[in-house]
Amino acid sequence: MEKLLEIRWHGRGGQGVVTASELLAETALEDGGYFQAFPDYGSERMGAPIRAYTRISSSPIRQHCQISEPDAVVVFDSTLIGVVDFTEGLKDGGALVINTTLPPDEVRRRLGLGHGRVYTVDATSIALSTMKRNIPNTPMLGALLRAIDVVKKDDLIKVITERMGGRMSKEMVKANIEAMEQAFNETREDRI
Amino acid sequence: MTLKGWREIPIGGLIIDAGNSKEYETGSWRIKRPVVDMDRCSHCLICWVYCPDSAILVEDTRFAGIDLVYCKGCGICASECPRKAITMVDEAQARKGDHDDHQD
Amino acid sequence: MTTRTEYVKGTPVALDGDRAVAEAMRQVNPDVVAAYPITPQTEIVQRFSEFVANGEVDTEFIAVESEHAAMSACIGASAAGGRAQTATAGAGLALMWEVTWVAAGTRLPIVMHVVNRSLSAPLNILCDHSDSMGVRDAGWIQLYAETIQEAYDDAIQAVRIAEHPDVMLPTMHTLDGFVLGHSLERIEVLPDEVVRGFIGTYNPRYSLLDVDHPVTFGPNDYHDYFFEHRRQQIEGMERALDVIPQIGEEFGALTGRRYGLVEGYQLDDADFAIVALGSINGTVKVVVDELRRQDRKVGLLKVRSFRPFPADKVAQALGGKRAIAVLDRSFSFGAQAHPLFLEVLTALYTHGFTPGMANYVFGLGGRDTLPWQIRQVYDDLAELEGVVSAPVRYLTVRE
Repeated sequence: MEKLLEIRWHGRGGQGVVTASELLAETALEDGGYFQAFPDYGSERMGAPIRAYTRISSSPIRQHCQISEPDAVVVFDSTLIGVVDFTEGLKDGGALVINTTLPPDEVRRRLGLGHGRVYTVDATSIALSTMKRNIPNTPMLGALLRAIDVVKKDDLIKVITERMGGRMSKEMVKANIEAMEQAFNETREDRI
Repeated sequence: MTLKGWREIPIGGLIIDAGNSKEYETGSWRIKRPVVDMDRCSHCLICWVYCPDSAILVEDTRFAGIDLVYCKGCGICASECPRKAITMVDEAQARKGDHDDHQD
Repeated sequence: MTTRTEYVKGTPVALDGDRAVAEAMRQVNPDVVAAYPITPQTEIVQRFSEFVANGEVDTEFIAVESEHAAMSACIGASAAGGRAQTATAGAGLALMWEVTWVAAGTRLPIVMHVVNRSLSAPLNILCDHSDSMGVRDAGWIQLYAETIQEAYDDAIQAVRIAEHPDVMLPTMHTLDGFVLGHSLERIEVLPDEVVRGFIGTYNPRYSLLDVDHPVTFGPNDYHDYFFEHRRQQIEGMERALDVIPQIGEEFGALTGRRYGLVEGYQLDDADFAIVALGSINGTVKVVVDELRRQDRKVGLLKVRSFRPFPADKVAQALGGKRAIAVLDRSFSFGAQAHPLFLEVLTALYTHGFTPGMANYVFGLGGRDTLPWQIRQVYDDLAELEGVVSAPVRYLTVRE
């Protein structure tokens, strides 16, 4: 990957948004890439809408500012529709990846989004069935990998295993990887 | 006294000559002077323990006088003395006495 | 975050700024760390406490009741001959203010890691430079980092700079809160033994614990000698102008990353220049690259050392430019212009240069600054001629 890819994450405090932004960034390291991952939050807590950002590039990344024109936007929670303007600045041809039970064309209709690609996945159900907890971050990473060519899935599995292995049971790590794979397979797409 | 230049003094205001407070003769601050009634003194050395200026002179574990070069006349010794053997007297009066003694 | 106990030279890892600084502290293995957690520095203290609990450092960690106590404990530890460090941010640094002067005046080579945060009120935990600018006159060396790599590298070099016999001044290095502190970047962490070799051991000339050579620290010092002691501090600062790049070169020979007092970027043939401190320099570099592709002669001067301020280097780098914009991420209420601008203006004037100059205040309280806003600054400079009577502008503030 030659060019800079910029991803903006939207979710609520407690959903693992910042962890997802960092897992993706760390995965880029496996391929010798450069990256940044950073949150945009104040002192908000569980449930408050938050944003995070990831930049990935094959060359050093210098800018230290937020991402206003993302290549991809990942939304962890469909209840943010109408609450947060998460499609703001989404590039032409950019990808919107959202956790919802709705089909992608319906999401596009509700948002009135006239450009970009829309991807949907029921990450909450996947998280609940695999991990028994509503933390949809690893499934949303799986869905993102379907939408854009950013890192290798095997590298992501390696990083999830290493990083989550330090603080979770083997079963939980396995469940996270399963959730990511399942979401990757079940993600639906709508292109214009 | 010639004051030194900034290149000649230790940095940070440090005082590196141990024990140089000896050069500071605090006896000049004194307006009251402790006078000891040796008939009452039991040589308990409570005054030596309390003196903030190490001005109680001791010889062979016995009270041997007050070092007036450093005694500031604070009166702690007089206050602490269990036998009330120390009285604080006016320094000017005491000096007059010194002068009279000298004339003798 | 993946913690790697064995770092391999040349192998990058992913660390956020706070953890990178905590890693540097672990490698330096100070004798004493006294610190109080405060956003956005918390992860430094949290992580370092884990190192202490796990026996990965020999440090005596003092969980103090305030930042004033943190600095006071560092002063005691440093006077006792130990390597003492602390970390703070924003209001914590403000509470420390009184004792920062004591540390500097007593010439104690304490190292402080500052994660820049604005000062209340209104309450704000995000980045600007009001905290470190608030102690700019206290007698501490101040280094500002553009990247997490620089923050890590500064954390190590700060030990050598502070303890250099020609300097003997406390040293703070700063990283922008959240922007670097909570951002994950690719950095190289040196192997532990390389860091330990670089910093060596600290052999204080005077120490409270050296009972064979008793010393008094912090005596009264009045009109007879106080001024002379201040003059010595000034000398220490001036000598740091030689020592900082010297240690930066030595560090560069070891790591390939050389450090000086300032860093010019596309500056030699530039007509228009921006001058800045901290992480914004990265964003400016991106804009410089973009404008250079359009054949616009623009450049950047990054100031790494704000205290001491390298006036000669700044004048040398900027002399002859047509117009200069100085970006300040702090504000001095009632001043004619703001800290970095006034330094740059003085440096240029005293070296005989009078280019067009403008002072942009930006990023207060964590306000984001985007590349197009920096482009606007360069566009403004092209219009600027001669001395400007009202040089202060506010970038991104809404009317």
